[in-house]
Amino acid sequence: MNTEKHGNLLGQAWLVLCLSLAFGATLAGVEVGLKPRIIENKRNETFSQIPSLVSGADRSQTTEVEIDGHSLFEARAEDGSQIGWVVPAGGQGFADRIEVLVGLNLDATRITGIFVLDQKETPGLGDFITDEQRFRKWYRDQPTESNLTVIKTAPEPRTGKIQALTGATISSDAVTDIVNRKVADFKVSLAALPAIAGGM
Amino acid sequence: MPSREPTALERFINGILPENPIYRNLLGLCPTLAVTNGMKPALTMAAATGFVLICANVITSLLRRVLKPHLRILVFTLTIATFVTIADRFLQAYMYDMSKILGPYVPLIIVNCMIISRCEVCASKQSVGVAFADAVGVSLGFCLGLASIATVREILGSGTWMELRVLPEAWPNWGIMVLPPGAFLTLGLLLGGWNWYNARRAAKAG
Repeated sequence: MNTEKHGNLLGQAWLVLCLSLAFGATLAGVEVGLKPRIIENKRNETFSQIPSLVSGADRSQTTEVEIDGHSLFEARAEDGSQIGWVVPAGGQGFADRIEVLVGLNLDATRITGIFVLDQKETPGLGDFITDEQRFRKWYRDQPTESNLTVIKTAPEPRTGKIQALTGATISSDAVTDIVNRKVADFKVSLAALPAIAGGM
Repeated sequence: MPSREPTALERFINGILPENPIYRNLLGLCPTLAVTNGMKPALTMAAATGFVLICANVITSLLRRVLKPHLRILVFTLTIATFVTIADRFLQAYMYDMSKILGPYVPLIIVNCMIISRCEVCASKQSVGVAFADAVGVSLGFCLGLASIATVREILGSGTWMELRVLPEAWPNWGIMVLPPGAFLTLGLLLGGWNWYNARRAAKAG
């Protein structure tokens, strides 16, 4: 009885199982083939955003470094001196993973700007997290001594408050949370490595 | 209704105008409304959807004899989702800027009911050749639908077509046309015009 039922189930589902395996293998192949290119595209985009995240930074001088397991970018001015950091961060949003770049000043006491690299939030509501005027501008010049908080009204500048997007509180919270956690982590790593932080 | 199944040629021709997915069946309206504020995103969306539709129709048709009726929707969705993922990764790799513009609408092709309706209506019942012709015809019809709406919206909303300027610089861009309401207005008016034309033709013929 038991085996008969088992056989019956397999008899029903064999096509779905085989297709899942075949399609899974196909997708894995596509992923292996295309992933390097996609990463390269994202890298180019990251580099092109660095001047807007750390003002005065020069794209060609900027270098990618690894500190304490964080892969990040040293934003350098035209003369090669370091003026800030650009730290990639990511986390779960309302729909899918959100990837953010956070610009910080040299001692990581101030956020100089953020940029959303990848998101799949609700079109027309949550996807405004990519918009500088509607959302990203609230992060500019915010102090990092305490966590940023999301409020529903327009905040005073530099008070650590972010205005939530109408109809997209979860997306706004998600981005703020991603930024908070990464900045806190990064400050710890930076404090532990004074030599790399430029002799502070 | 005739008992015989339509031939490949009939399927192909029907897909373009007589059973146009947008103007006759009103299917696949999410991308129709969402990505038609410019010709380039509209054509990219039409191409991506066409690719998925053709692949899904061919695979479904190949599998039609082993399909279990109560599991068929699952198989359709699995097939569609696979090709949508391929299309999405391809756009991210080779048309990165366009994939940013289309954003979530590429993964949303999975739930485009136009594709699943073709699998159900045609590919799960007919041979590979017919299913292929059907998919190509419907894809062309879908492309025509998107392009017609995008043409109106881009010209009135930005004064350009395929990002080439067609109206003088003095043209006051109709902001509403590039925003979501413009999509509803354009679709409604074009649909009304199309129905009016058909009704008039039918009245003359009758």
